[in-house]
Amino acid sequence: MDKKTSKQIPIGGIIDKPKTSLLNKTGDWKKMRPVIDESKCIHCAKCVLSCPENCIAIKKDGKRGDVNLDFCKGCGICAKECPVGAITMVEDK
Amino acid sequence: MITPKELAKKIQKQEAFASGGRWCAGCAFPMIVRTILAAAGENVVVSNATGCLEVTSTIYPYTSWGVPWIHNTFENAAATLSGAEAAYDFIQKQDEKNLPKFGKELKNKKVKFVAFGGDGGTYDIGLQSLSGALERGDDFVYVCYDNGAYMNTGNQRSSASPLGSSTTTAPAGKEHLGKEELRKDLLKIALAHNIPYVAQGAVHDLIDLYNKAEKAFSKKGPAVIDVLSPCVNWKIAPGTTMEISRIAANTCFWPLYEVDEGKYKITYKPSKKLKVEEFLKPQGRFKHLFKNAKGKKIIEKTQKEVDRRWEELQELEIFTNRK
Ligand code: SF4
Ligand code: SF4
Repeated sequence: MDKKTSKQIPIGGIIDKPKTSLLNKTGDWKKMRPVIDESKCIHCAKCVLSCPENCIAIKKDGKRGDVNLDFCKGCGICAKECPVGAITMVEDK
Repeated sequence: MITPKELAKKIQKQEAFASGGRWCAGCAFPMIVRTILAAAGENVVVSNATGCLEVTSTIYPYTSWGVPWIHNTFENAAATLSGAEAAYDFIQKQDEKNLPKFGKELKNKKVKFVAFGGDGGTYDIGLQSLSGALERGDDFVYVCYDNGAYMNTGNQRSSASPLGSSTTTAPAGKEHLGKEELRKDLLKIALAHNIPYVAQGAVHDLIDLYNKAEKAFSKKGPAVIDVLSPCVNWKIAPGTTMEISRIAANTCFWPLYEVDEGKYKITYKPSKKLKVEEFLKPQGRFKHLFKNAKGKKIIEKTQKEVDRRWEELQELEIFTNRK
């Protein structure tokens, strides 16, 4: 077995890089995914705020952006919270 | 007042709590955490008690946190943060020329301190260290995300579990219909320390929560915010996290209010107060209550308690605002 020097062993209990969970794509959890009907959306940002995965973007001009399916777990909250019913959950195949 | 759009932009610009964590689909605390951190601003130090939030956000060597974060055990999130705050306070009092480089940087920064704990880590195990920090008047905000049981370890009863809820340590069976005691009133305990700010929020109203957090951070001294955080272990339909939280507020099971320098203010009064059944019915953890006369009695008792607390709250609002 290779002997490690103290310099190669990470310091215990410390994570020295922020937001590394971004490497962990939780998108593969989902069974359903949201589909947004652009013609209905009034860009109220309710879905953006309600998403636990923070994966619905809001653009600089205040308009809703795309859903990042790499992280969407398919919980369906966004579809329930949209006040105009612009979001439907469909099977993710 | 901040709009949903502005809050959403603030949260996404700050990137304080990233995607990729392993909380259950539909979990409520990510929204709570992001909203609180948005109100805290640029420089914030977080301490986190053991619990769902800590476990799912930092599976070593990964982390969802984009801000300085310290984990400590169930019992001492508040004490840990007290220490961090005391160190910061010490640096503020030093002559700049005597400080090392990092000290100089810190001295010129306005830093906020926030602790997050679940109801197990707050109502039960961490209560004494929280009480200590409140009594010392340390300048921090304590946020409890309250899902009403030890959910991380699989739904064991806590002193925040509602009457009649079925948990693995107080399960519903033939003799017993879930938990037989009422919830502890955490905020009354916090208030007994005569701290400047105490509030109750819920995940469905993040604007209200943001406003409360902003107030809490603006105070010199401790503040406590208890936030309803619906959980999959409530056995609710997928996607109904916000919905069930809204019903909790509309039944007055979970009133939204604050106590600012001793003055009560109810921040949301439902136009029509719904029966508590509407809150209990959609949740599997209460389904046994709808099966027989004994269960019905528990529902009645829950309603009575909800009514009593709601009445009391309204009276306290009038009383503490009298001229
Ligand atoms: S389904 Fe859930 S995780 Fe996916 S975008 Fe909607 S709210 Fe976010
Ligand atoms: S909630 Fe609905 S209307 Fe509002 S931004 Fe999202 S998709 Fe558009």
